Amino acid sequence: MAEFLQLVFSGLTVGAVYALVALGFTLIYNASDVINFAQGDFVMIGGMGTVFLAAAGIALPLAALIAIVGAVLVGLLLHRLAIEPARGASPVALIMITIGASIFIKGVAQIVFDKQFHSLPAFSGDAPIAVGGATILPQSLWVLGVALALFVALFLFLEKTLLGKALLATAANRLAARLVGVNVTIILALAFGVSAAIGAIAGVVVTPITLTRYDVGTLFALKGFAAAMVGGMGNPLGAVVGGLLIGLLEAFGAGYISSTYKDAVAFVVILLVLFFMPRGLFGGRSVERV
Amino acid sequence: MSLLSVEGLGISFGGVVAVDNVGFAVEAGQVFSIIGPNGAGKTTLFNLVTGIYTPLRGRVTMNGELLTGLPPHVLARRGMSRTFQNLQIFFRMSALENVMVGRHMAERSSLLADLFGLPASGRQNGVTRDAALALLARVGLADVAQATAGSLSYGALKRLEIARALAADPKVLLLDEPAAGCNAVETEAIDHLIGEIAKSGIAVVLIEHDMKLVMKISDRVLVLAQGRRLAEGTPREVRENPAVIAAYLGEHGTREADRAHG
Amino acid sequence: MLARVLRSRLATLLFLAAVIAVIPFLAPSAFYLRVAAVVWVFALAALGLTILMGYAGQVSLGHAGFLGIGGYAVAIGPAQFGLHPVLCLGLGAVLAGVIAYLVGRPILRLKGYYLAIATLGFGVILALVFHSESQWTGGPDGMQVARVTLFGWRLSGAANWYWVTGGALLIGAWLALNIGVSPTGRALKALHDSEVAAAGAGIDVGSRKLAAFVIAAVYAAVAGGLMAAMNGLITPDAASFMHSIELVAMVIIGGLGSVLGAVVGAAFLVVLPQALTFMHEYEQAVLGLLIMVFMILLPAGIVPTIRNWLLERLS
Repeated sequence: MAEFLQLVFSGLTVGAVYALVALGFTLIYNASDVINFAQGDFVMIGGMGTVFLAAAGIALPLAALIAIVGAVLVGLLLHRLAIEPARGASPVALIMITIGASIFIKGVAQIVFDKQFHSLPAFSGDAPIAVGGATILPQSLWVLGVALALFVALFLFLEKTLLGKALLATAANRLAARLVGVNVTIILALAFGVSAAIGAIAGVVVTPITLTRYDVGTLFALKGFAAAMVGGMGNPLGAVVGGLLIGLLEAFGAGYISSTYKDAVAFVVILLVLFFMPRGLFGGRSVERV
Repeated sequence: MSLLSVEGLGISFGGVVAVDNVGFAVEAGQVFSIIGPNGAGKTTLFNLVTGIYTPLRGRVTMNGELLTGLPPHVLARRGMSRTFQNLQIFFRMSALENVMVGRHMAERSSLLADLFGLPASGRQNGVTRDAALALLARVGLADVAQATAGSLSYGALKRLEIARALAADPKVLLLDEPAAGCNAVETEAIDHLIGEIAKSGIAVVLIEHDMKLVMKISDRVLVLAQGRRLAEGTPREVRENPAVIAAYLGEHGTREADRAHG
Repeated sequence: MLARVLRSRLATLLFLAAVIAVIPFLAPSAFYLRVAAVVWVFALAALGLTILMGYAGQVSLGHAGFLGIGGYAVAIGPAQFGLHPVLCLGLGAVLAGVIAYLVGRPILRLKGYYLAIATLGFGVILALVFHSESQWTGGPDGMQVARVTLFGWRLSGAANWYWVTGGALLIGAWLALNIGVSPTGRALKALHDSEVAAAGAGIDVGSRKLAAFVIAAVYAAVAGGLMAAMNGLITPDAASFMHSIELVAMVIIGGLGSVLGAVVGAAFLVVLPQALTFMHEYEQAVLGLLIMVFMILLPAGIVPTIRNWLLERLS
């Protein structure tokens, strides 16, 4: 039981990060139909940026803030310089553009930063907290708390603010949104900016646990993509559930079966889900219109 | 036993009944038209008959053979061919290649022969090309055979779809608004073409909004409204059916019908 | 006349053969032959994707997995079972085809991004298997591949491998061109544009997609086997996600659906890193940048853009 609980804790912690990455995928996908493979690199920018700014003597909170702003700038530039000019390209071309962007960001990161693994000190110490025979790190609580706060903030933003509603409207029907006066270009930029911020924040809080390096973004992106698809692409709640589910299964797989194939869990899950439910857990049945 | 027979066909989407208990029968050489206001379920009925949707209720038979639930490509192999309301053209291919694809079922060449470019594959290409060129000529598109389909006019694409459907040597041909968006001359040509097709022994099922065309060339007409059968009969019977006049044709439609009659 | 040449199969093949024949006379050293041989191998793998993505319009983001299957077949067969490497090249191709058939059946029902993630996941899982089953594959460091001996003649040296890989590429290009103009190719291109209309013409869309997937897998496996035998080494990196992406990038940068495009794309992505070694630090950044720039500025790809430009000038 204690072991089970332990696995649940670690699964939820990693799962929360996958959920945040998946949420970033979902936001951008909804606004623009683009799958942004550079989503994982925002996580890296958040983590590595904070590490290097902190090393330069800047206080941790300020360092984190600057890193997050930096990631947002990268997100906005990505939209402005790579996605905007390619409007109307095929999905495969768009995938390749964001993959190219991801490779580019990694390439620049290894020059600006370095090729080593880095960590951050835990925000509230390393003393494990005992819960029901298992222990949880204070940093895990930070991850879960920040993730929860971001989910709530995003929900409130989408449901309660005009800008958020404009984003949802654009997701539902771009042309109709344009017709009622929504500036779609700004909405798309907003989606990229917010997604970058979410990814970078996730990167800041998870770095004390998982370490970071210029290329950690790839696995985050692949698993976040899988999480978003498990839930059914375009469904924010599905993205969160998908992320947590993959985190938990990964932890159980590593704990009870073998840690060798930990990184395969996400993909076995996505393949199984797609075999039986071709549109994801929460994806509706589509009727082909002819 | 009719060539194509549809009995009690029905389907609903998310609780909304789109087609409800619709049946009809078509004989070889007949032109059978389906009319009704927008949203009456005409195209949905086509999609049910051609296997794109699986009906919840009812059955479709051809020469007595049950076809319900079979996938579209199998139905095509049994002799069912169609055109689409929203064009489904192979836009990057030439007009000729579009029709050549329609000959797919008549082609006898294996994957291996195609891979290794065996003479059989080349011969098949030649046979298919000749047949396709003849069909393009038949619909009046011979001179644009080599043009990319994406560059053709709407009316031309409508005829290209008919040529492609004919290329399959169908027993039953379902045409979904072939004259939509066509000018008077083009409509006249399509009218003539449909007559010829029926004369060659193919059963033609036609969805069309152009009442003049429908009343002129149809042997029988089925009127749909809100997914249900409202009336069926010869053009004259339908035109004079009070239920049709009241519920569907209305004042405007009556005038239209009179004009067609006169 | 010239327009017809630009479109003809024979002209494409002759042009490719001429390029392959001329390079050895221009190359200043064996190093260049070696790079060219790598280009030919990757071009062969990319040709499979030309059929799958270019003709049939189905994406595979895990195709390097099949490269790995071919490579490890040539490595494991001789080492563990004492089989002849050439036999293993064939066995690897068959194995890749069978796996593609089994995996493709459920996967190819998916469309768009769902197909992308499913193929991606399949590739990542395969790469992990090569990485982890070290008693078979030698683990992360990979394994040596025995030298190939044919009729007592030891196949080694850059020049010999250059001709073997160049020959394989020519055969691959010939097959891909044949398929392109055949009834099968028409069926693939048709379902690319409209699956409903293709099915309406009696084309069994599912089985045709599957055929394209199996063919593409076999191309990749043969390329992977040649690469492993040529390098004398195979590592799990051959099957990595990054390699899958490079294969797709080759096909798109060169020109989706164009046989010469696959070769040009492969040359581009193989030669570029070699040319950038003097600025090794910036290699990845430049590579990423170039992929983006090409996708945005030349969406049709290099070869179709040049061909259309030539056709326009001629007409």
